[in-house]
Amino acid sequence: MISVLWLIPVLPLAGFLLLALCGARLSRQQIAWVGCGSVGAAAVTTALVATDFFSLFPARESYQQTLWNWIDTSGMTVGISWYLDALSLLMVAVITGIGFLIHLYSAEYMAHDDDYARFFAYMNLFVAAMLTLVLADNLLLLYLGWEGVGLCSYLLIGFWYREPEYGTAAQKAFIVTRIGDTAFAIGLFILFTQFQTLSIQQVQSFAMEAWPVGSNLAMIVAALFLIGAVGKSAQLPLQVWLPDAMAGPTPVSALIHAATMVTAGVYLIARMHHLFELAPMVQEGIAVLGLVTLLLAATSALVQHDIKRVLAYSTMSQIGYMFLALGVGAWSAALFHFLTHSCFKALLFLAAGSVIHSLHHEQNIFKMGGLRRHLPWTFWTFLIGAAAMSGVPLITSGFYSKDWILWSVWSSPLSHRWIWFGALLGALLTGLYSFRLIFRVFFGEVRTQPTGESGLAMRLPLVVLAFLALTVGFLEMPHTLGHVTLFSQYLSHALPTTELLPGMDESSEAREQLAVTVAALLGIGLAALLFLPGSLFGARGTDQSTSHPSVTLLQGGWGFDRLYDRLFVQPWFAVTRNSSDMVDRGYEWLAVCAESCHGWLSHTQTGHVRWYAATIAVGTLMLLGLFAM
Amino acid sequence: MLSTPALVLAIMLFGLGLIGLLSRRNILYMLLSLEIMLNAAALAFIAGGARWGQVDGEIMFLFILTLAAAEVSVALGIVLQLSYRFRTLDADAFCEMKG
Amino acid sequence: MEVLFYIAAAVTVLATLRVITHVHAVHALLYLVVALIALSLIFYLLGAQFAAALEIIIYGGAIMVLFIFVVMLLGPLAVEQERTWFSPTAWVGPSILALVLLGEVGYLIASGDHPTMAVAEPTQKAISIALYGPYIIGVELASMLLLPGLIGAYHLGRRLSSEARSC
Repeated sequence: MISVLWLIPVLPLAGFLLLALCGARLSRQQIAWVGCGSVGAAAVTTALVATDFFSLFPARESYQQTLWNWIDTSGMTVGISWYLDALSLLMVAVITGIGFLIHLYSAEYMAHDDDYARFFAYMNLFVAAMLTLVLADNLLLLYLGWEGVGLCSYLLIGFWYREPEYGTAAQKAFIVTRIGDTAFAIGLFILFTQFQTLSIQQVQSFAMEAWPVGSNLAMIVAALFLIGAVGKSAQLPLQVWLPDAMAGPTPVSALIHAATMVTAGVYLIARMHHLFELAPMVQEGIAVLGLVTLLLAATSALVQHDIKRVLAYSTMSQIGYMFLALGVGAWSAALFHFLTHSCFKALLFLAAGSVIHSLHHEQNIFKMGGLRRHLPWTFWTFLIGAAAMSGVPLITSGFYSKDWILWSVWSSPLSHRWIWFGALLGALLTGLYSFRLIFRVFFGEVRTQPTGESGLAMRLPLVVLAFLALTVGFLEMPHTLGHVTLFSQYLSHALPTTELLPGMDESSEAREQLAVTVAALLGIGLAALLFLPGSLFGARGTDQSTSHPSVTLLQGGWGFDRLYDRLFVQPWFAVTRNSSDMVDRGYEWLAVCAESCHGWLSHTQTGHVRWYAATIAVGTLMLLGLFAM
Repeated sequence: MLSTPALVLAIMLFGLGLIGLLSRRNILYMLLSLEIMLNAAALAFIAGGARWGQVDGEIMFLFILTLAAAEVSVALGIVLQLSYRFRTLDADAFCEMKG
Repeated sequence: MEVLFYIAAAVTVLATLRVITHVHAVHALLYLVVALIALSLIFYLLGAQFAAALEIIIYGGAIMVLFIFVVMLLGPLAVEQERTWFSPTAWVGPSILALVLLGEVGYLIASGDHPTMAVAEPTQKAISIALYGPYIIGVELASMLLLPGLIGAYHLGRRLSSEARSC
């Protein structure tokens, strides 16, 4: 059964083709069946492949499947071939499983949209491209998927293209990620010229033989790959596109800009971990970038008005945690946080979508409130999601993954103590902004009257995801609490185990965990103090007209947009506005020259056949004369 | 050896065809001149093939024959069209493509 | 043999001269037929018997018939010139040249002396093998040329008939 691996990306692609080619002739119900059915079938196929993988490869080695040669020229052979190991199977399971739930949710959420077929066509294409990305055996196929998800992200952010600003947001996302993609492509070129192959496994084994640790080429390639990953995963300094990407429909934000696509950078770094281990400086850079991004995004999330922008900044912050883990060599911890994050972040986005849906597309949290009684399902699931994100101890999955990351940061030889303190501050801020959202939206008085709870197709994914957000964490539990290591055992063949400093025993781990727990609970408590209506400072927070400069700075995501505007956009506009520059003169002269030459030569076009024949004869004679000489 | 005089003959025929092509105004005569020129080229190939005892000359003749057949069928269709549209066979009258 | 060649060459050149100088289309065509037959004789003398046969069948036959048909279709224009069609000056010249050629061919058959070349002549078998061996792409290209020729001729003729009906 493992040989049906190729079906996993092909099924959503077939769904896309069907919807794109004859979507106009299908009824809405048929469209929903095709759209959800193709991804659901892919999820079932994944389950079949996974059972086979577990029984055939007890040590979790890899399985390869080559369909055909894609490019075959002298010196370069690139195949359409899939590579399945523990890492890619985990990604595939998350993409198809959570993807299916989000498709199911969209079937109801988008029910009144005019472009129902177009929406599902794009979503299916996205799933196909993302599966290509994670299953690719070589870097070129991975790049195909990488660009494919970028394209789908662009198409879906600008899905309601009649609003000009949504189109601008789509272009911004596309252009900013393009910077990273270009760096990634240059990295590919360097690897190919060095090793004459693009197969991921071969490249890495060649690199480990040819390059010593810390060599220049390894550093350059790793840095280029890091820029690519940073662009896709919305980390500093290419993070500016993600908040604007919330212009797309909410299921899109859940699927692309929270659960799957933005974690492609994490996947890339984990996939190429041998390469990054050869470049310790770059790896340290990953950790610092992750830390800075997570703090920056968390502080920005504190002051946003738009419910989806809060979640967008929280996504950046959580991916910052994953980068931090990758940077300190805690590969499995990063992937574990990816797993829990995609469950609770998809849940949060879908629950937020449910709120927005019932409030007639109102996204400002200052116009919400008191929804606890009107939307009980949404409230409880949102509460579970927020609790998981803030890492409420023992019962939520977010606690286990975040604790693992922080414990790795504390005990890894690659890390520093101040990084751990930064990450701890981030945990506190996470609790603060998640529960600010809860208290604002679900408590207090009703400001906008909701239309009532949504239907079954939207509630079912919420319940399933809430269940997962609570239980996924039990796959891996620390020494002090049960000591379950299912997840790290599962990934042990694909990713190296985390190195720990000597002298890290259970008592220091317990102390570290206590600090994390206190930070998370402190954040939630602060949020209750500051934002819960009726509490000590709760009344003050309702005033939304605070225009203190620091608040405005935070709301704009630390002013990166303005900085880039000043640094790149304005100088460029200034250059283009200058109408009398020399370059233009040169091109104008070229145009005038071409015009006069054209006028002169057009006299030879008499329209007389015999004239043409004579000129051909004269030309031939002249050529013959030339050869005779 | 007849190859050399045959080549001279080919050149003479080609020149005559060219003169006809350039001097006649009637488009039908121009087509006839084109046929003469094609024949001259064919003769040159045959002479070359005979000189070296190779089959290639005759094969090129076959290709020229095919080309001439295709050319004549289309060209005569165009001649008919032109004579019906313009009511004349004067090649100089068809100059609507003047630049 | 050389004499035959030079006579045929002279016939070809003279007939061709008449083709390009004659004012009457049908006469010019007759001269062209003569020139083509003389040319096919030259092909034969050069050892290319198959080419000679094709020259007569396809050029002297099929292509010239096409021309004749077109001249007939252009009827109204040709009518003014048609008075001279049966005058002796129109056909005496081509027929004399044709007679010379006929005599040549008759002499060739009577003498039974076939042209011999220093180099071994390529046989018809060798031509066929080469045509469907190294030149197969050329054959394919020729067929690709003939098909558009067929379609183009059909298209041009069809447009003509519908327009002729309308006017």
